[in-house]
Amino acid sequence: MTDQGAFVSALLDPHQACPADLRSWNGSDPTPRFAVHRNNIVVSLVDALAEQFPVTLELVGAEFFRAMAQAFVQQHPPRTRIIAFIGAPFADFIASFAPAASVPYLADVARLEMTRIEACHAADADTLTSDAIERVMADPQQLALVAVMFHPSVYLLSSPHAIFSLWAAHQGALDIADVDPDIAQHVLVFRDGLDVQALQITFGAYGFLTRLRSGDTLAEAAGAAVDTDASFDLPGAIALLLRHPLVTGMEPLP
Amino acid sequence: MHGSDASTAAERPQASGDAGMRRLPLRCGVGLKASHLQQVLDERPDAGFFEVHAENFMVPGGPLHHWLGRVREHYPLSLHGVALSIGADADLDLEHLERLALLLDRYQPASFSEHLAWSTHGGTYLNDLLPLPYDRPCLQRVCDHVDQVQTRLRRRMLLENPATYVRFASSTMDEAAFIHEVVRRTGCGLLLDVNNVYVSSINHGYDARAALQGLPLDAVGEIHLAGFASQTDGAGAPLLIDNHGAPIAPAVWDLYRFALASTGPVATLLERDNDVPPLALLLAEARQADRLLHDCAKALRASHPDDARVASA
Repeated sequence: MTDQGAFVSALLDPHQACPADLRSWNGSDPTPRFAVHRNNIVVSLVDALAEQFPVTLELVGAEFFRAMAQAFVQQHPPRTRIIAFIGAPFADFIASFAPAASVPYLADVARLEMTRIEACHAADADTLTSDAIERVMADPQQLALVAVMFHPSVYLLSSPHAIFSLWAAHQGALDIADVDPDIAQHVLVFRDGLDVQALQITFGAYGFLTRLRSGDTLAEAAGAAVDTDASFDLPGAIALLLRHPLVTGMEPLP
Repeated sequence: MHGSDASTAAERPQASGDAGMRRLPLRCGVGLKASHLQQVLDERPDAGFFEVHAENFMVPGGPLHHWLGRVREHYPLSLHGVALSIGADADLDLEHLERLALLLDRYQPASFSEHLAWSTHGGTYLNDLLPLPYDRPCLQRVCDHVDQVQTRLRRRMLLENPATYVRFASSTMDEAAFIHEVVRRTGCGLLLDVNNVYVSSINHGYDARAALQGLPLDAVGEIHLAGFASQTDGAGAPLLIDNHGAPIAPAVWDLYRFALASTGPVATLLERDNDVPPLALLLAEARQADRLLHDCAKALRASHPDDARVASA
């Protein structure tokens, strides 16, 4: 009776001998045959990661990326059967991957790429029209009472590095030579129809939206944002809610 | 659908815009690739049906579901699972089974199939179809799992014969006998992967036609055709890799013709997952299979005019 646990252990560690109960019809060493499975697993997963993290790949080159991805899949094989989500732990792995220490922004760029994937596949939900949102905004009583429900595809990212500029440069939107990676940036990611959007937002807007996400009322979130930074552009942050399909509901808190 | 109508009156789409059938048409379909989606919807090519990997659509929402829904309006769909891990030495993952049930409910595919293989252990997913020994305990486990799947999904599933590279010392029966027993005990159907029969026959030094004839051919609900890559084993003997990355080899077309002579026309899928060419080339290859299906039906009608297998071909 084969032990599938031992089979898996040997699959993921090429230094281990192949399982002892394998045979070949011609009596040959079964190791090259077992290696087909070892190779299938690594190559298919590394190929998937290369496709899902193209900017991360470009920042370090294909050879380095694939070696890093191979280390990731062998040390942390997927805990999901959905290939789209195998990269969920990848950014954290990159952050602790010693050979990437000289590229300190790499992990957060990978995080941005993974966030875009999550936004792409998030559940569908109807969003409020800007008219409906404006009606609530125009009523001071409502502002003090309502909390905002966000579309499942809405994500907020903050980094000490210029992750948005680095990503945008790889889309051809700006010259990478002009990017200083050590400037903090904040990004709003969401799905608009079928397309994922990534917008750079201010630190103030990031704080405002984060507070709304955590259940603050509009008044509370706005008040806290202005307390943090008197120059916080509240109308600009509100405009994000009006301009993009981010909000699925505005309900008074119980 | 365009082209020759391969369906009986009872199986024609119920309404315009609903290509729903409980059986795949006796034609060749192709795997639906993301890179071909827009073209499929713009051009509406004459493919018999489309097949997708179930797991790719186990995401909560977004464009994948939008596009698959649009394709489903115009074509029958075959849902092919890769990660249910029916051969695992563990219980089936109930969450995964529920996700499958949800997908089948949403898309009403004409066919659902999975593999005689395992791919998970202790919550880890290996993204490959791993082999199992063909012995009594494995047979019982596989039958129990197939029973569980068919009960939960409330439909018959097709089980695909695998491409294998290793054998196990503990096996007590050959693969065809094992599959025969699973089909007999559970009532599931066979997804006959002709390329896998060929690849495994080369990899284990046995006769492909004899192996094919040992399978439960009267239970075939779909045929898969795919390409392989060539390597060698530790003794320099040929080792074929089922990588779905090449056109169908001549020896596999031969084996397909041989299979059809026993099964009659069967819904056939052309699998191409790697090095994917333009859609037009895949469809041209599919037309080759359509011609063989047509010839098979014609030959059957000539020799067995009352055979039910050709009434609808």
